Amino acid sequence: MAATGAAALRFSRGSAAAVVLPLVNLGVALVLSAGVVLAVGENPGRALWLLASGAFGSAEAVGYTLYYATSFVFTGLAVAVAFHAGLFNIGAEGQAYLGGLAVALLCLGAHGWPTTLVVAAAVVVAAAAGAAWAFVPAWLQARRGSHVVITTIMFNFIAAALMTHLLVNVLIKPGQQSPETREFAPSTWLPQLHEVARALGWEIGRSPVNLSLLLALAAGALVWLYLWRTRWGYELRALGHNRTAAVYGRIRPGRTIIVAMSISGALAGLMSLNEVMGVQHRLLLNFTGGAGYVGIAVALMGRNHPVGIVLAAGLFGALYQGGSELSFDMPALTRDMVVVIQGLIILVCGALEHALRGPVEALLRS
Amino acid sequence: MSDAFLFAALLTAATARGATPLVLAALGGLFAERAGVVDIGLEGKMLASAFAAAASAAITGSAWIGLGAGIAAAVMVSLLHAFACITHHGNQVVSGMALNITLSGLTAVLGYAWFHEGSQTPLLGPGARFGPIALPGATALGNVPALGPIYREIVSGHNVLVYIAAAAVPVVAWIVYRTRFGLRLRAVGESPGAVDTAGVSVASTRYKALVLSGVLCGLSGAYLSIAHHASFIRDMSAGKGYLALAALIFGQWRPVPTLGACLLFAFADAVQARLQGTELPLVGVMPVQLVQALPYVLTVLLLAGFVGRAVAPAAIGLPYVKER
Repeated sequence: MAATGAAALRFSRGSAAAVVLPLVNLGVALVLSAGVVLAVGENPGRALWLLASGAFGSAEAVGYTLYYATSFVFTGLAVAVAFHAGLFNIGAEGQAYLGGLAVALLCLGAHGWPTTLVVAAAVVVAAAAGAAWAFVPAWLQARRGSHVVITTIMFNFIAAALMTHLLVNVLIKPGQQSPETREFAPSTWLPQLHEVARALGWEIGRSPVNLSLLLALAAGALVWLYLWRTRWGYELRALGHNRTAAVYGRIRPGRTIIVAMSISGALAGLMSLNEVMGVQHRLLLNFTGGAGYVGIAVALMGRNHPVGIVLAAGLFGALYQGGSELSFDMPALTRDMVVVIQGLIILVCGALEHALRGPVEALLRS
Repeated sequence: MSDAFLFAALLTAATARGATPLVLAALGGLFAERAGVVDIGLEGKMLASAFAAAASAAITGSAWIGLGAGIAAAVMVSLLHAFACITHHGNQVVSGMALNITLSGLTAVLGYAWFHEGSQTPLLGPGARFGPIALPGATALGNVPALGPIYREIVSGHNVLVYIAAAAVPVVAWIVYRTRFGLRLRAVGESPGAVDTAGVSVASTRYKALVLSGVLCGLSGAYLSIAHHASFIRDMSAGKGYLALAALIFGQWRPVPTLGACLLFAFADAVQARLQGTELPLVGVMPVQLVQALPYVLTVLLLAGFVGRAVAPAAIGLPYVKER
């Protein structure tokens, strides 16, 4: 009995550290960011206040925060699934970009389809396009041994070149300068939450947050089921944990790598539903806006668990929304400040995660 | 002088200019990766150096002070990578990506706040950047048949960093293969346990390797902003750090083949710059955007091992823990 009690206590301490450590690391990253704000000659306290009120100050602000968070849930899940298989998918950006292409082509062609059918088809094509763009690096890793990190980075560049070509030369709306498609028919738009709420008799602030938020949460639940409640998820995690043991257990590494990366790409591709179908209603150049890279930070912050990822995505949504308000009120700080914070969070929560583990655990023990 | 010769001379000179930042960064990566530390942060180090070099050169008016500041900045970033990966056994790819993202944002934020020119540093005057150098006798020997024009048009007339990059290849090869430090460096990357047993510190060898990587990336980044261009432009490294890493892998982590890979990438880039808008047989005019993707497609094909397989240092990516 005493042994079980001690084990339970150790477990609760361990889980306490699992919650406290990311928060401490987040604090360290924010302190470092404050240093950057000081170097620019602004007041970090005021910057943090503007950031927070910009992200949560009103119903509209919260809506915008959730809208950004939706994209980050998708890309965070994408990075996390690959992480569990021991793969680092830096290509979520390109995979989401290609997903957007598929969604745009569908919406441009879907005249007079009922909205539910368009949405269902869009989920399929966005996931398929993202998965296809991840499949090539995955296949090359599994069968030719070329490192997935480098190839996915290259595929981001190739995706950017391809999309620029398509938007500038092929898909551009005739007679206009900026490289974007024409607007989709309203029947293909993903309903925004304030419209849904109005239909149900509630009034909430106007913001771009749309039904893809629910899809993102559902994707999180499915990823959890897949990774921890199915045989395939077990194989994937086993491979990521210990390749030798996995092979000994007759798990085929090549096939598992391809499956993991394809699922990862599919999740990244779904991110485009939020942006292309839910908000812009047309295909824009660089509509992904770095969400693929934010996914890395989200996955690391959320410790690759769907619950953690949803929370971390909310945090980064707040950072992005607050950051744009911040650059409005503090002209010396550009929106790139958010990129700095994001990079520092990856550094502290990812690469330096063990640096503070000892002190934090010692503190919790005392 | 024929048009064909001039065209070849232009292409060769453009290749040399394009290869310089790749060679310098790839050789930097070579030190790190041969010591067993994945160096995906080449991109971030180049950006740090490009910004620091352009900013210091703009303020002081001296290209050499700019170069020094660039190297110092890149070494600091490299040491941060070392601190995360060596001291704290952090994930090396994650650390490198974190530094790339941080530096991409940081250089833009600081550039915007300090110089008020939209994330760009002020345009540098002639003294604040490295201009072309006419090698001794370029004009006198220029009239020697055959070799003269080659010397005058292709070998002479680059800036000092191009020559440093050319000299760096044999120097790095000598350090890695012919010195005591080089032997330890390679051993640390292959079998850190054995090196530790022999009484050589794994951590300090890897730290030294990352400092060297920082110095070379510093040269590479400074080349971009105060030699090739005349100011820092946001994200001006534009994936060159990743290309350099790809060249290093394709060059099997050896200096001379890595140089070859860098020249190949630079040549592909020089050709694509000249292909833009010209009519090709069979395909017609290639869209600019697709031609620009050529080096990246080439990288994927090369890494897929269709042109030979790369064998990485055995201990690459693994943090060394003494008790294990």
